[in-house]
Amino acid sequence: MIPPGQRLREADMRNTFIKTLIEMAETDPTIFLICGDLGYSVLEAFAEKFPDRFLNVGIAEQNMLGVATGLSFEGYNVFTYSIGNFPTLRCMEQIRYDVCYHNANVKVIAVGGGYAYGPLGVSHHTTEELGMLRTIPNLQVTAPGDPAEVAAITRYFSQHKGPGYIRLNKTGEKIIHQHPIAINKPQAIPVIVSPQKNSRVICATGDMLNYAYHYIQEHSIAADLYSFPFVSPLDDETVKHLAESYAEIITIEEHQLNGGFGSAFLEVMHDLYAQGVIDKLPKVNRIGINNQFVGFAGSQDYLRAYAKLNLDFLSKNIAR
Amino acid sequence: MKTFTPAELRKTVLRMAFSGSTVHIGCAFSIIEILAVLYRNHLRYPDNNPEAVERDYLVLSKGHGVMAQYACLYEKGWLTQFDIDNYFKDGSKLKGLSDAHVVGCEVTSGSLGHGLSVGAGMALAAKLNKSDQYCYAIVGDGEMNEGTMWEALLFASHQKLDNLIVIVDENGFQAMGTTSDVLELGNLKDKFTAFGFEAVSVDGHNETDLDATLAQLKNNKNGKPKAIIARTVKGKGVSFMEHQNIWHYTRLNNETFAQAISELESRS
Repeated sequence: MIPPGQRLREADMRNTFIKTLIEMAETDPTIFLICGDLGYSVLEAFAEKFPDRFLNVGIAEQNMLGVATGLSFEGYNVFTYSIGNFPTLRCMEQIRYDVCYHNANVKVIAVGGGYAYGPLGVSHHTTEELGMLRTIPNLQVTAPGDPAEVAAITRYFSQHKGPGYIRLNKTGEKIIHQHPIAINKPQAIPVIVSPQKNSRVICATGDMLNYAYHYIQEHSIAADLYSFPFVSPLDDETVKHLAESYAEIITIEEHQLNGGFGSAFLEVMHDLYAQGVIDKLPKVNRIGINNQFVGFAGSQDYLRAYAKLNLDFLSKNIAR
Repeated sequence: MKTFTPAELRKTVLRMAFSGSTVHIGCAFSIIEILAVLYRNHLRYPDNNPEAVERDYLVLSKGHGVMAQYACLYEKGWLTQFDIDNYFKDGSKLKGLSDAHVVGCEVTSGSLGHGLSVGAGMALAAKLNKSDQYCYAIVGDGEMNEGTMWEALLFASHQKLDNLIVIVDENGFQAMGTTSDVLELGNLKDKFTAFGFEAVSVDGHNETDLDATLAQLKNNKNGKPKAIIARTVKGKGVSFMEHQNIWHYTRLNNETFAQAISELESRS
């Protein structure tokens, strides 16, 4: 465990996930890890340390989710690990019907969120799962923004009894939170809150936090920044605070605009308005993929640029 | 007194189907003897507690046969007369497909191809916990169309789950016709054997044979999961329902209900 106050060293999301899971499994004998024949060079340390609590079930993700449910019925907290769409979209019915209907203690971990596996094509572009998963009751849907959030959410899910999902990026993620953070409930996290009272706030989920953070710094954008690692349930207290405090809100996600994080944000904010909890609606600008597939190869950065996942309109028009 | 008599179980199914005006009678009748033998002689529930930690598991993967299981749960005393009489009534707890929120049901399995994987996970957990629990999974022959079933068979064999006993209700019918006409399954015993199971084919309505086969397979701690291919008759027990796939879909009326009950009473 990284002691409070100590700076995090560089580590990417997937290795941070497995290191944290190993830490938790040292003292919690119910933690179990199953993979669908993916995780080469990542999962071995767990498998070697806890051979009785690790299984590679083969290239059979739907069976993986069913087996995980059966193990959870007998007291295990089961983490399943695979790439992007395989343990999610392919297993939607198992997640809904086997895992979530029974509030089973199963966590689905997908590596390669968004365009992280860009050159491999649409099979590996994980750009719809947040929207699909967040419609399922009982499921906490997360997309941590940096390795520190990955560690915090892995610890949280090690103790949370019930279904969860973690979207990881792939590799090389930078650390945004320079100190370990604690997450004890579905919550958003303030990252940049300027004393100058900015009228604009950017809300990022997943690895777009990294992009937004550095964009603000490099272009001296007058905007605050919040990370939303939980897409469902969304932190309505923070949404209320942001709606009351800012004239303009920008959501940014590496996901289709239909049904994703920005949609969730609008739903919560409008519900708060309809219920009279807030008395004004700020302008919300949603940045996401414009509901399209990308049928050619490209790096993650290239495909993000193609899909216009950027904040350039801020630096071109209204930079301070 | 003999418990779980097939005729009584079938009459309970008929009462539920009639009071609730429901379908799925034929596919419940084909597994009556299988369930009767399991509940009478094999499933262990310490202190008659359906939630006992050390109980054996019964996974009804073909969840549409659930009325047959409800009839057994009623005889166990875990369901009441009220539950039977109010089947399918608004707000009642018993649904038309197996649901793990009902005491005595281990899995939710209205969607086919789910229960066996969950059962394999429970059998694995029993192994890891060094428990002597068995997991019995009743699957439909039509259900074997689902790809996940074959994923689960590979898994069970690879993990050497010899505490998993899969019982295939081979009644030869699925929703739209015979299994041969819709999607040929071939020889299921051979297929299970090829997947690493110890597989036996028996008459699924012969209680003596079912009982003996179960007892024998359970004793074979040979690292192989077990399969019983139970040759059954859809609609078994009522003459005008036997082999008639329409009784997957048909509701009882006053006449057919009375006639079916009368047949069962005259035989018992």
